[in-house]
Amino acid sequence: MRARVFVTLKPSVFDPQGTTVVEALHTLGYAAVKDVRQGKYFELEIDAATADEATRLASEAADKLLANPVIESYRIEVDR
Amino acid sequence: MTIPDQVLAQHGLKPDEYQRILEILGREPTLTELGVFSVMWSEHCSYKSSRVHLKTLPTTGTRVLQGPGENAGAVDIGGGLAAIFKIESHNHPSFIEPYQGAATGVGGIIRDIFTMNARPIALLNSLRFGSLEDPMVRRTMAGVVAGIAGYGNSIGIPTVGGEIGFDESYAGNPLVNVFCLGISKSDEIVRAVASGTGNPVYYVGAKTGRDGIHGATMASAEFDDTSAEKRPAVQVGDPFMEKLLLEACLEVMTTDALVGIQDMGAAGLTSSSCEMGSRGGAGVEIDVSLVPQRESGMTPYEIMLSESQERMLLVAKKGREAEVERVFEKWDLHAVRIGHVTDDGLLRVKNGKDVVAAIPARALAEDAPRYRRPMTEPAYLKEAQRLDLAALGAPAAPRDAFRRLLASPAIASKRWVYRQYDHMVRTNTLVLPGMGTGVVRVKGTNRAIAMSVDCSGRFVYLDPFAGAQLAVAEASRNVACAGALPIGATNNLNFGNPEKPEIMWQLARAVEGMGEACRALDIPITGGNVSLYNETDGRAILPTPVLGVVGVIENADAVLGRTFRSDGDAVVLLGESRDELGGSEYLYAIHRLTRGRPPVLDLEREAALQRLLVDAAASGLIRSAHDCSDGGLAITVAECCFDAALGVEIDIADVATEVTAFGDIATLFGESASRVVVSCDAARVEHLLAEASTAGVPAVRIGTVRGDRIRVSVAGRSVIDESVADAERVWATAIEGYFARARAIA
Amino acid sequence: MKFAVVVFPGSNCDHDAHYAAEHVLGQQAELVWHKDTSLRGADVVVLPGGFAHGDYLRTGAIARFSPIMQEVKTFAAAGGPVLGICNGFQVLLEAGLLPGAMLRNRDLRFHCEHVYVRVEHTDTPFTAACEPGRRLRIPIAHGEGNYFADPDVVERLERNRQVIFRYVDATGAVTDAANPNGSVNNIAGLCNERRNVVGLMPHPERACELAVGSADGLVLFESAVKAVAEGAFAAAR
Repeated sequence: MRARVFVTLKPSVFDPQGTTVVEALHTLGYAAVKDVRQGKYFELEIDAATADEATRLASEAADKLLANPVIESYRIEVDR
Repeated sequence: MTIPDQVLAQHGLKPDEYQRILEILGREPTLTELGVFSVMWSEHCSYKSSRVHLKTLPTTGTRVLQGPGENAGAVDIGGGLAAIFKIESHNHPSFIEPYQGAATGVGGIIRDIFTMNARPIALLNSLRFGSLEDPMVRRTMAGVVAGIAGYGNSIGIPTVGGEIGFDESYAGNPLVNVFCLGISKSDEIVRAVASGTGNPVYYVGAKTGRDGIHGATMASAEFDDTSAEKRPAVQVGDPFMEKLLLEACLEVMTTDALVGIQDMGAAGLTSSSCEMGSRGGAGVEIDVSLVPQRESGMTPYEIMLSESQERMLLVAKKGREAEVERVFEKWDLHAVRIGHVTDDGLLRVKNGKDVVAAIPARALAEDAPRYRRPMTEPAYLKEAQRLDLAALGAPAAPRDAFRRLLASPAIASKRWVYRQYDHMVRTNTLVLPGMGTGVVRVKGTNRAIAMSVDCSGRFVYLDPFAGAQLAVAEASRNVACAGALPIGATNNLNFGNPEKPEIMWQLARAVEGMGEACRALDIPITGGNVSLYNETDGRAILPTPVLGVVGVIENADAVLGRTFRSDGDAVVLLGESRDELGGSEYLYAIHRLTRGRPPVLDLEREAALQRLLVDAAASGLIRSAHDCSDGGLAITVAECCFDAALGVEIDIADVATEVTAFGDIATLFGESASRVVVSCDAARVEHLLAEASTAGVPAVRIGTVRGDRIRVSVAGRSVIDESVADAERVWATAIEGYFARARAIA
Repeated sequence: MKFAVVVFPGSNCDHDAHYAAEHVLGQQAELVWHKDTSLRGADVVVLPGGFAHGDYLRTGAIARFSPIMQEVKTFAAAGGPVLGICNGFQVLLEAGLLPGAMLRNRDLRFHCEHVYVRVEHTDTPFTAACEPGRRLRIPIAHGEGNYFADPDVVERLERNRQVIFRYVDATGAVTDAANPNGSVNNIAGLCNERRNVVGLMPHPERACELAVGSADGLVLFESAVKAVAEGAFAAAR
């Protein structure tokens, strides 16, 4: 099973990297891009029988390690 | 199987070189053997174009514990301790991928130091870029600086100094030369040698992947439009892994269970195994199927040529395996036994049961072709050495030139750069960047080590022999300005394509000049690096032989910085000023010219000056010392005021000039050699002048540290009168300004 | 009394902290490996600066799971003095021993330079030898020192007097220009509710001798000696 974990900054957290990226896109001519938030993406190869079990394991991993609950939130997608 | 010419060419091997391979092996090489020869005989690894010239350099002396031929050089600093140091380049990768190219350059040189059982305590770097007006150049520079910072800071070794130069010729060929110095007990230096038949050979560090394959041959080729496709040849550095390796290797070397150790740098497993064997007069047999791999399906060819970073090759003493393995386990590293030492002198590579390569180690490490390539004095030279100041029209007004020079990237404050480097970790840094020559103390002793890296590519371009001498003089003078006696040097030759006779001439003449200066100043060369083929679309860089000089201060309390210390101190100029604008920053920044002859250098005078500086620092007679280089006397004096919030008033004599309109310019901004601006307690000026006279060093009091302005007069006429705060702002914000708009991404 | 300096893989200011405590201050100091399960009778624990685990994933995120951290938590829960410097502060945040989190510096660049910090409160084991409002000139060296916490947390920290060090300029004013990294409220360091765990981004161990530029940082170590001697902060054993 593969779990994809998307870790993003909480909305209230200032994101200087995202700001820099959107400025750079603007200098490249992409004025239509209004905002960018930068996050992290993890791919976990998991030994699990069901998608539910994989999701549960990935959530635990995210809660404990992959995301910092003070400043980050996450969502999970699972596929085979 | 006859290897087609095309395959040979891909491997960077010439037909005659291939003939030699056939003679050595007595048969056709396997593909793996071809790969091995191609990297070991590449310019980067074999120095085939430069070796005959490098052999003329002075490499011995009473303090030399290790000269060229090992991973780094070593000099005795007293008290049973040695300084292990070297400079190395990572130019081509830094053009392709600036951050990782520079980062892995730092990683490589650090390994060269700790592999000899020295804990690295200082890093410096010498960088060259094109014009900062060019966004590509800014991107390259930002990436290089971030890469050096990212790696050096993470591994916890302070970057305490360096130099950065700019010229259009470096635009497509940035130079990234990194210097590292470590301290070891003199009798505990470990060398990279394989000996003792049956002794186990261990691999430790990162897993091997496909990165950097043919990195050595890439570094031996010019860039052209297809260079972007060479992207896979750049390695990604892991400073955390290297920190673990560093600690683990130093710890294992306290057990004396090792016979020898070498890092896997250019040409990775190939170079480390055959060089260790060759040095030990032994053979090394390894089984690549035992090598930890992070990609699947790697062939022996790929494993032997991979340049994955952060890997070491060790030879342990038979029977001590458990000890060695235990130390690495503690650091969560795995030392894997991959082979053993033999007595047949061959590098034998097996893949399980199959032998895929069997080559005499000596042939690879020592018997690469050596070329005395054709040399011709370049066609540009005589014309370029002619400087007709009268034809330049009116010179800039002194005040205007002063401000423009302060803002020129070569001279302007590099604080934007060094603020990104951790220059204080390990709490040894006695002189911070921007405050003078880099100095670190040696804990457990009263001593300190001063280091400087220097070269003016313009001077070398205009006269390779003289220019290289001036580089030796400048680097050692900077060390002496800190109060340190220069005791050893390393050099990084950065040149264009050696197959062009004009480039080869530059290299040969530079090495000659370097050798003569090192002999006259009694500074042996203990090792170094050569980077050739620094050309893009046929256009070469300014020839840039960088010198890294190391000096020792017996009493760290006597260390000197470059800034003035107190209001009321006397300002004295040591050395003689002449009408010498050739190759100067003034000509380049104001008139966009690289012309004329470099300043004249009298090596005996230079030696006397350096001895005087060391003695005067030790006795506390002088309170600051700053050598005159880019921008000449006016800029030097201004820099002594910066970061000190102190002003200065000086009145200097006219230098006699042919073109009187340029009189003030030549006086203020000429770059005559062997000059230093020092300050001392006003009550001791006469004593200082007497000491200088005894030493045979011209010396004259030129003024006083006073007020909050920079006031410079020539023969009593005021020519510069600026507030220190204003001048400092121009100088401090210039480089920052170029990068203000280009914010870092990610 | 004894200082324990914890060493994580990738710590590189451990020797500097050890040197400051032992060589400069003349106290006993011991390096404790992250896999150890005992603090060996230390009176004060220091988590030093560096790049534990390469700062991979997030600074301090992996180090907080080291075996020794269980001992550090127990020690802190019993009231023992704990000082987290730079990376050590980041480990304390990830371990939940201090509130908040670190973000990248707002200009996205690493900063190595001297700054001024003001000592806000002196009733912690690491400021006990100071007078309130003292200005210290100490170096910073970090790329991720931008302290963040939710507004209500920040408000509580200020109200509870838990902000211990604040970035100021040479005159002592709290200005944006004096803030090297964008930290909320110019916070350079803070303590927990119990006031025995202190974290700060600047490096006091790099400012213990004039020879290297400043000796203003020594007072944090002197305070620890004083606090332990007076028994104000002692882990029940």
